[in-house]
Amino acid sequence: MARDRIAGKAWCFGDDISTDLLSPGEYALAPAEEQKLHTLESVDARFAHEVQPGDVVVAGRNFGCGSSRESAPENLKALGVACVVADSFARIFLRNAVAISLPVLACAGARAAFAEGDEIEIDLATGLVQNRATGRALQGEPLPAEMLEILSGGGILAALWAFARS
Amino acid sequence: MGRTLAEKILARAAGRERVQPGEFVTAQVDLAMTHDIFAAQVFGHLVDAGVERVFDPERVVVVLDHLVPAPSEAAASAHRKIREYVEQFGVRHFYEAGQGICHQLLPEQGHVAPGALVVGTDSHTTTHGALAAAGAGIGTSEMAYVLATGRLWFRVPETIRFELTGTLQPMVTWKDAILAIAGRFGSDVAQYKAVEFGGPAAAGAGIADRLTVCNMAVEIGAKFGFFAADETTLSYLAERGLEGLGPLAPDADASYAAVHELALDNLEPQVALPHAVDHVRRVGEVEDMPIDQAFIGSCTNGRLEDLEAAAQVLRGRRVHPRVRLIVAPASRSVFQAAARSGALEALAEAGASLLPPGCGPCFGGHGGLLAAGERCIGTHNRNFMGRMGSAQAEIFLASPQTVAASALAGHIADPRRLDRGDG
Repeated sequence: MARDRIAGKAWCFGDDISTDLLSPGEYALAPAEEQKLHTLESVDARFAHEVQPGDVVVAGRNFGCGSSRESAPENLKALGVACVVADSFARIFLRNAVAISLPVLACAGARAAFAEGDEIEIDLATGLVQNRATGRALQGEPLPAEMLEILSGGGILAALWAFARS
Repeated sequence: MGRTLAEKILARAAGRERVQPGEFVTAQVDLAMTHDIFAAQVFGHLVDAGVERVFDPERVVVVLDHLVPAPSEAAASAHRKIREYVEQFGVRHFYEAGQGICHQLLPEQGHVAPGALVVGTDSHTTTHGALAAAGAGIGTSEMAYVLATGRLWFRVPETIRFELTGTLQPMVTWKDAILAIAGRFGSDVAQYKAVEFGGPAAAGAGIADRLTVCNMAVEIGAKFGFFAADETTLSYLAERGLEGLGPLAPDADASYAAVHELALDNLEPQVALPHAVDHVRRVGEVEDMPIDQAFIGSCTNGRLEDLEAAAQVLRGRRVHPRVRLIVAPASRSVFQAAARSGALEALAEAGASLLPPGCGPCFGGHGGLLAAGERCIGTHNRNFMGRMGSAQAEIFLASPQTVAASALAGHIADPRRLDRGDG
């Protein structure tokens, strides 16, 4: 379940982080527990093994470009990533993150404002992003109310279960 | 104020007179497609939730195309599970392994009509905008919700319009046009937006070309990519038994976030360089780059027109001894038509290995993966790092003509220079 305020350690990545990097195709049918260990391995072999629950991914523009594979946000969620903050997101990744209740925030300039390991604080409702290491604050674009509602309601599967019970 | 194609289709699907960009609507889905990477997961969600039927078995298509023929026991088990679900849920339209790639089968088998709202668990669902349908990729959880309820939320997108004029030169294709657009405008120019391809050049494009362009609309970030439905569209649909449909176009006074005019007359063959689809150069700037593999196929460029274009380049010649040329027709119908036309024979005689219809090499699943340090030039749609095997491999994207010319030369080559002895 998504919280409004998130604080954690930043892991930094560049532009155009694709779903092939987040969830390599050759593990498409591997169990989720195995898939998550290959998350972003081509660009940072340490990440999947050292990321801690509550850490935050900070990236450049067009994060999650590529495939519709839900395993891209799912891998990050399974590793305990509390939020992804990026200069911008590719559309399907953004939808999928909301659908599985992984908090995301688009914030232009975010990548440039953080170094690996900086403490980041995010307010999902207002879109405010702060770098506790430098004191710098940025204004992101909070998700529209309709999407925040799905995110905080436990994702689209919660809606499916509600439909099934109705 | 007039309406764009996205606005017309989402308004109709939401049961509304009109909708505005930025607005959230709940829309009725006309067609829902899922394939073998995700189908078992999608139906698994339905079973877990206690849902026993899909919203409309006529509007659901399940395709086995990514892992065909099954390259592993895991794939075979997934297929077996999917067949059981198809039976259990009474899905009316099921395509077995070998019949083709989902984005080829949907238009080819007459599932897509102009104005339809199509969702698929595949990002290249934008392809169906070639027939003026609103096609968008979604994830597995959202697809489970769609299969149960028949509906899904959408944010009405703004639309960017590309107004295309002029005539393509010989050996220059619509693949080159969409690569040039990606190169010039970037991989996120259409983020969260719909794209319309219009103007006199677009009106003159055949359906295969339109499918190629809309297939790659997602590579510039688009939610939907559209051509208007015109006489060309209606005669393609009539051949597939879809009679009595009308044209569908945006209103002349529709409002666009941006309109870009592009003349195609002087366009040269284009190549996307590793590791981004918008990292595009004219072929002349990257000629002489040695290659190890050439791939012709995929939902982007695996149609009859593409195989014939490649065959025309390769006929009577031999693939360079250091190059593996792999060809995968987009569907069984394409395979059969290419057999009848003589294209397959020309490809095989030139030294091509033929794969069954499917997605294997394009998504890095199987059937043509790359080792570290290897280079592949292909007709597909993505060249991301690690997409086709090793993260240390390099993928270049181009037209069937350019890929065929490169396969002959052993390095990236300009198909217009074949007759001057280069290859």
